[in-house]
Amino acid sequence: MSGFARQTAIAGIGATDFSKDSGRSEWQLACEATLAALQDAQIGVEEVDGFALFTMETNPEIAVARALGIPELKFFSRIPHGGGGACAPVQQAALAVSSGVADVVVVYRAFNERSGHRFGAGPPPFAYTANTDQEYRNWINPYGLLTPAQQEAFLARRYMHEYGATSEDFGRISVLSRKHAAKNPKAWFYERPITLEDHQNSRMIADPMRLLDCCQESDGGVALVIVSAERARDLPHPPAIIAGAAQGVGPQQISMSSYYRDDIDAMPEVELVARQLWAQAGIRPDDVDAAILYDAFTPMVLLQLEEYGFCGRGEAPAFIRDGHLELDGRLPINTHGGQLGEGYIHGVNGIAEGVRLIRGTSVNQPGKQLDHVLVTGGSPVPHSAIVLATDH
Amino acid sequence: MTGIPHLIRTQDNSFFFDAAAAGRLEIQRCVTCGALRHPPGPACPACRSFAWDTVVSSRLGTLHSWTVLHHPKDDAFTYPLGVALVDLEEGTRFVADMSGFDLDALEIGMEVEIGFGEHAHGEILPRVFPRGAAEGVATEAGGAQ
Repeated sequence: MSGFARQTAIAGIGATDFSKDSGRSEWQLACEATLAALQDAQIGVEEVDGFALFTMETNPEIAVARALGIPELKFFSRIPHGGGGACAPVQQAALAVSSGVADVVVVYRAFNERSGHRFGAGPPPFAYTANTDQEYRNWINPYGLLTPAQQEAFLARRYMHEYGATSEDFGRISVLSRKHAAKNPKAWFYERPITLEDHQNSRMIADPMRLLDCCQESDGGVALVIVSAERARDLPHPPAIIAGAAQGVGPQQISMSSYYRDDIDAMPEVELVARQLWAQAGIRPDDVDAAILYDAFTPMVLLQLEEYGFCGRGEAPAFIRDGHLELDGRLPINTHGGQLGEGYIHGVNGIAEGVRLIRGTSVNQPGKQLDHVLVTGGSPVPHSAIVLATDH
Repeated sequence: MTGIPHLIRTQDNSFFFDAAAAGRLEIQRCVTCGALRHPPGPACPACRSFAWDTVVSSRLGTLHSWTVLHHPKDDAFTYPLGVALVDLEEGTRFVADMSGFDLDALEIGMEVEIGFGEHAHGEILPRVFPRGAAEGVATEAGGAQ
């Protein structure tokens, strides 16, 4: 067990509304979410002494600290690779707090990615910078692969070919997410479930991926407050203990386009994260009671189910058809409605839902006791994930 | 107006773009251990040697995977646009847009051939054609057909 495992907890969660046009600055969204999370934790704003973020965040920690009058920051970091790094700031916060570098670390994600710069429309602004970080674009962008959906399509197609998976198998993830979102008043798709037929009738975006395989673009913000487990026990909510937190880069990793590995539909960086999490938390996949799996695009949910060892290679379609992901199933997932249904806040809204599952306050709370909840970041990019645990 | 970024040319990859402009598909080769690699990089991941040269590819391969793009659309292309991930005979893989295919009849394993054509910003870059139908390939005299 790693030194930092189970030493810290997420003690507060906060969010703005999730919309398509927030009507206010991304900076304000970050501040609102941060204040809401601190209010939830009943921790004073002036006590914040650290921020941990991940890239493609437009609000620097010093801007939020300045706007909110936070006098001193002792720890601040930013993990690369966008949504792949979604859970890594929680690891950063856990490391900082457990090592005594900081006491109250806030993680936030806030943007207007629908009313402002649209994420799904094409390369992001930084794509036009000529450096090694963006050089990988030479081998995909000039040939038409410009958006994440387009870049993931090769993997989805290959997975279908290898294992006989179908578009309906991807669609079942979308249907499940929208079912959960339909009961979540905070979700953009509240009271708007879909059928598998709706999924099959949705227009093709990047064959085999249809519109309803793709998550939304959202405006909104979410924040988390991480403190020591000891302190969290004195705060109002049951602590969501950080039992594991890991990052991973696999062999011949390229952002969104690791097309040159033997098996392009395998994600060794995800398996690497899984292996670390189980060792840190002292658990096995069978001990995970529920999961929030990063669902920017449905095929990645199937691949993650396999890489995390919830089912065997190529078995995800049958695992899903057998109902294991339903609320009364072996592994309920994405109970907030996922990014397909609730909102696309780059996975941080999923971390907040993981905390609610541990607290027992999800609008779609499974009936069984939840001791361990897995929350994952994006793929196929450098990956991150956490295991949240009930305090015993 | 196209949203495709300009090529990022470096000392590691300029050979590729220069060769493509002349109608040749070149693959980086480690001088020390002989391993081929693509996309290009400064060192051999197998033996860490910085010494490399290039080989001229046969341009023949098969579809390892493919997609047909419908949305969003960029001005540099007409849609629906087929994009291929090709297993080259030499053992490396290559991504390029497709021309001359029935996009409803694509299959993994299909035999294809790499040719060349104009892309965004006037760059001459590889393009995937049906086997035997490649355009823009260098003649023995060195110029493009």
